[in-house]
Amino acid sequence: MKVVIMGSGRVGAQLAEMLDAEGHQVTVLDNNAASLQRLSRDFKGTALFGNGLDQEVLKRAGIEAADVFVVVTQGDNRNVMAAQIAKHIFNVPRVICRIYDPLRQEIYQTLGLEAISPTTVFAHLLKEKLDTG
Amino acid sequence: MYIIVIGGGRVGYYLTQALLGEGHEVLLVEQNTRLCDTINDELGSICLNGDGCEAVTLEEIGTGRAGMFIAVTGDDEDNLVACQVAKHKFNVPRTIARIRNPQNETLFKKLGVDVTVSSTNIILEHIEEEVPTHPLTHLLTLRDKGLEIVRVKILPEATTVGKSVKELALPAESRVALIIPREGKPHVATANTILQGGDHIIALTTPEQEEELRSALRGS
Repeated sequence: MKVVIMGSGRVGAQLAEMLDAEGHQVTVLDNNAASLQRLSRDFKGTALFGNGLDQEVLKRAGIEAADVFVVVTQGDNRNVMAAQIAKHIFNVPRVICRIYDPLRQEIYQTLGLEAISPTTVFAHLLKEKLDTG
Repeated sequence: MYIIVIGGGRVGYYLTQALLGEGHEVLLVEQNTRLCDTINDELGSICLNGDGCEAVTLEEIGTGRAGMFIAVTGDDEDNLVACQVAKHKFNVPRTIARIRNPQNETLFKKLGVDVTVSSTNIILEHIEEEVPTHPLTHLLTLRDKGLEIVRVKILPEATTVGKSVKELALPAESRVALIIPREGKPHVATANTILQGGDHIIALTTPEQEEELRSALRGS
């Protein structure tokens, strides 16, 4: 599977390494060179420096042939916009994005984006922990 | 009309001022507290300190009854999201986004933003217009009709100089409307009007035929 991950933060880098270890073809994109350093030396995929909101940069990352695009930068709006570029301009079969703000996540989910709110997920997880003692 | 403006930078500030001057009810949303205070001091209490992309904020300020929603922050992604939330959650009839990267124009349209204004393109065009050999200038876009009004300069050495309008291979959807000669009065173009070097031609065309019109008028 060809995967493009935008945002090489803790989540992005960790996901990249997991997928890479499983033998997938992974490209990680970040507009901060230091963030790309998070990827371990064992990572066999591609680390690319650039702004993922720029369609030329996305092309260079191989988005046209990608099966999956995951966007996990720090900014909700950046994630939303990049996800929509991937989905509506490049027709990537599967696009997943992170949206911290639960309300925004809800809106974009109804607009057809596969969006995950870590805020909601984590709150539920904590609640579950407390419930089960 | 109730108009909401997102982003209290220079564009947002002067836009709000102009809209207030036209008698509209305007509310400006700005994230920076200090900037917000300054605006309230100068323009009256019309600026709310908050995030214009947040549904809660937009709910609070009654976005549902806004006739127009204009996002002019310096970040394309923020303008996109603000407009999409206004459109899809609050059904604002007209959303306008400022864009910096001209590439985003198509994307924003596709994603439901009604109007985009690209500051970069506008500046580029105005500068290009000052280049003497610049062939074609956009004067006005009639978006709902899919037409644009353009100005084409006829250089003295153009092969079309001396030809009449009916001899030109004009594209089907294009119309030559007005001819402004270097000297003398502007006149409405007829089939027998002869083109002269230095003429400025005002024409109506579609974006697709723009290139064809340009070469029909300039002969190259």
